[in-house]
Amino acid sequence: MRDRGLIFTGLVLFLGLITFPVWYNLASGTSSKPPELKLPTTEKQCVAPTETMRMSHMEMLITWRDQVVRQNDRTYVAADGKRYDMSLTNTCLKCHDNKAEFCDKCHDYAGVKPYCWDCHIDPKLVQRSKG
Amino acid sequence: MFMFEKAVVGGKRYWAWIGALSAVILVGFLCYLLQLTEGLGITGLSRNVTWGMYIAQFTFFVGVAASAVMVVLPYYLHNYKAFGKLTILGEFLAISAVTMCMLFIFVDMGQPMRILNVMLHPTPGSMMFWDMISLSGYLVLNALIAYVTLSSERKEVPPPHWIKPIIILSIPWAVSIHTVTAFLYNGLPGRSFWLTAILAPRFLASAFAAGPALLILLCMIIRKLTKFDVGSEPIQKLAVIVTYAMIVNIFFVLMEIFTVFYSQIPEHMEHFKFLFVGLQGQAPLVPWMWTSMILAAASIFLLLVPRYRRNEKVLAVTCVMVFASLWIDKGLGLIIGGFTPSPLNVVTRYVPTAPELAIVVAIWAIGLLMITVFYKIALSVRERLAE
Amino acid sequence: MTIHRRTFLGVAGLSAVALAGKSTIGALAKAGEEAAPAAGAATRWAMVIDPQRCLRKEGCKDCIGACDKVHNVPLFKDKDHEVKWIWKEPFENAFTGEENPYTAEALKDKPVLVFCNHCDNPPCVRVCPTKATWKREDGIVMMDWHRCIGCRYCMAACPYGSRSFNWLDPRPRIPALDPEFPTRTKGVVEKCTFCEERLAKGEQPACVEACPEKALVFGNLDDPASEVRSLLREHFTIRRKPELGTQPEIYYIV
Ligand code: HEC
Ligand code: HEC
Ligand code: HEC
Repeated sequence: MRDRGLIFTGLVLFLGLITFPVWYNLASGTSSKPPELKLPTTEKQCVAPTETMRMSHMEMLITWRDQVVRQNDRTYVAADGKRYDMSLTNTCLKCHDNKAEFCDKCHDYAGVKPYCWDCHIDPKLVQRSKG
Repeated sequence: MFMFEKAVVGGKRYWAWIGALSAVILVGFLCYLLQLTEGLGITGLSRNVTWGMYIAQFTFFVGVAASAVMVVLPYYLHNYKAFGKLTILGEFLAISAVTMCMLFIFVDMGQPMRILNVMLHPTPGSMMFWDMISLSGYLVLNALIAYVTLSSERKEVPPPHWIKPIIILSIPWAVSIHTVTAFLYNGLPGRSFWLTAILAPRFLASAFAAGPALLILLCMIIRKLTKFDVGSEPIQKLAVIVTYAMIVNIFFVLMEIFTVFYSQIPEHMEHFKFLFVGLQGQAPLVPWMWTSMILAAASIFLLLVPRYRRNEKVLAVTCVMVFASLWIDKGLGLIIGGFTPSPLNVVTRYVPTAPELAIVVAIWAIGLLMITVFYKIALSVRERLAE
Repeated sequence: MTIHRRTFLGVAGLSAVALAGKSTIGALAKAGEEAAPAAGAATRWAMVIDPQRCLRKEGCKDCIGACDKVHNVPLFKDKDHEVKWIWKEPFENAFTGEENPYTAEALKDKPVLVFCNHCDNPPCVRVCPTKATWKREDGIVMMDWHRCIGCRYCMAACPYGSRSFNWLDPRPRIPALDPEFPTRTKGVVEKCTFCEERLAKGEQPACVEACPEKALVFGNLDDPASEVRSLLREHFTIRRKPELGTQPEIYYIV
């Protein structure tokens, strides 16, 4: 077994590589406590219970998307009977008007990068670029 | 695994070739990254010519892939023994060509990350869906057949019985891949150039000329480089196939030209005018198309005269001519000619850009690399058996 | 390993039967699909355009500007990369085959408004491999920009040149971003949707609303009392390339 040295070096390198994210996170300290989110000040209640929103807003958005674009159905009736226009920018971001301090902050923490903003627009950015 | 160990032993020349191909592939890959970040705007494509080099190459190589049937069919159905040594080469050629086709489609996508949508939302009404199915099916069939027959050959046992129906299935399947590819263009109401029932037959005829011509050339190269010789009988037989296919192809083209110019329907004539004499003062493809026609006529002459056909040196040149002629016809004229003029009668110039060509060449290099490795495997197995 | 011709013919025959069976099932499924929406459909959106009215105000681009603004349509300087929802096309190009050596001077070289025809039998829908474009029950040929893979097969299929592809990133080329409507990205196809997002709010399409001459009339063909129906009753109208069987739903008064 002349190759043993080679094999072990390879194994160590391999393990190092696949666990890289763990080391990286430890080193950069991102896996500390959850971020502070800027919640809406004017409203008290989200379109669904906070816990549901936290856990499954992504599924909800996908449903909204398909509902609006493919079924031509734009109204969402919340559990409390309130009606909402199913729109990412025109509804979610109306209340959560600080996308950077809310959606983005949590996503950065969770390490997700929704590609929706390639097309959907954060009104704040438009205002800033105008003025 | 798949006898790949055979592919990693080779001389200096072998490795230099592999290295050169890899370099070309790397350049193409970098250009693809550029396309991925900037968008397809880095190509010469435009609003009016929405498909170009990528899709044209795809169409041409579907033909090359389908042509494997020209060695498989005589051997398995007519028991034509002389093709015995050739079938594996044909199958490996098919595998490489189909892979190239898939890559050409892939690099043409505006949103390649979403390509799985074709499977997630299957749409049987779309010919592109069927093209995807038929191409991937053909790839699987040929990979399986090549692997099973070559492994049995290595073990010096006859191939298992269950492979026979699969080989038979691959014959109509080969016809289907090129038919479906023709249907891709065939049924579009506003594109008069493609709106002709002769398109699929013509695709098959040109494929059965270009593919075997390439196979003849590959056999000759192999003979030069290795101890392996398929012999002259199968090469001559392939040459006869090329002759027939080339004549039928030109016959189909002439039928099309008659229909279009005798009926004098402007929408149908304009595409041919653009290709052969120029339209609205634009004639970028005219020299190419005439070159293709002259090469076709000359190659038919050389193929028809037995003295020239039997002379392998002349035959090699003829095969290059056949291949070049059909590549221009299908790899340039067919797609660009179909889009020009546009349905609104506008002539838009399409000139592929350097990054676009680098990507095209890189995919050719991937095809060549696959052929090299596969043929190396097949020939090593044969050489060892011969010892 | 040889296979007899008879075996081959057997296998080939079986495959043929299997194929035939599949297409029958496909046809049946399709028939079912078509039958379903017809029952409830009470709306068929369409547009009637009066080119003579349109020509009254020379160089007017109000409808185009309105559409581009509400839909964040980018402005590409390079003609090859243009993205257009509604635009003007010379008469000869818009109505190929209709021109003659004596084409009425009123029409010759005159710009005609063109956009997606929202065909009743749309070839773009037929070819789309992902159902990213489809015909809604109210006749609108809709786009799902979330699903489009950018294969541009629909552009090859459209005989009116009504579809545009985003060859490059459109965002930096949008003169004034309107956050209410999403932009598109590079690599997807886009086109007019008859302002379905405005129809949902009970509004007219932006181009119709913007036209100072009332040259565009939008309405429901299934309603005999609608303005589009009365215009079609009173005037002779033509459609673009009717011979192709696409059944365009934009009518031009002559
Ligand atoms: C009517 C205003 C309103 C709208 C519309 C709204 N939200 Fe909320 N959202 C809130 C409020 C207020 C809270 C905080 C509730 C709490 O404190 O429990 C919240 C909480 C959340 C949370 C949980 C944050 C946490 O604390 O973990 C998420 C995630 C969220 N919203 C996402 C969305 C998304 C996605 C949409 C669009 C589909 C949306 N919201 C629409 C008002 C709104
Ligand atoms: C409390 C933290 C939190 C907040 C606040 C939050 N998100 Fe998320 N979001 C997540 C997590 C975690 C995921 C990943 C979930 C997964 O992949 O299963 C996610 C995923 C998504 C996705 C799917 C992305 C993908 O690539 O799959 C979308 C879309 C999304 N969020 C939109 C929003 C929007 C819009 C807001 C602000 C209105 C928002 N989120 C606020 C935690 C949050
Ligand atoms: C290629 C561009 C593009 C991307 C990327 C995109 N969207 Fe959209 N989306 C659109 C467009 C355009 C519409 C408007 C359709 C209409 O109303 O006619 C839309 C509509 C929607 C709607 C309903 C209407 C509205 O105003 O919001 C929802 C919800 C939605 N998208 C969610 C998403 C989510 C969630 C993502 C990310 C996972 C996403 N979209 C990514 C282009 C995009």
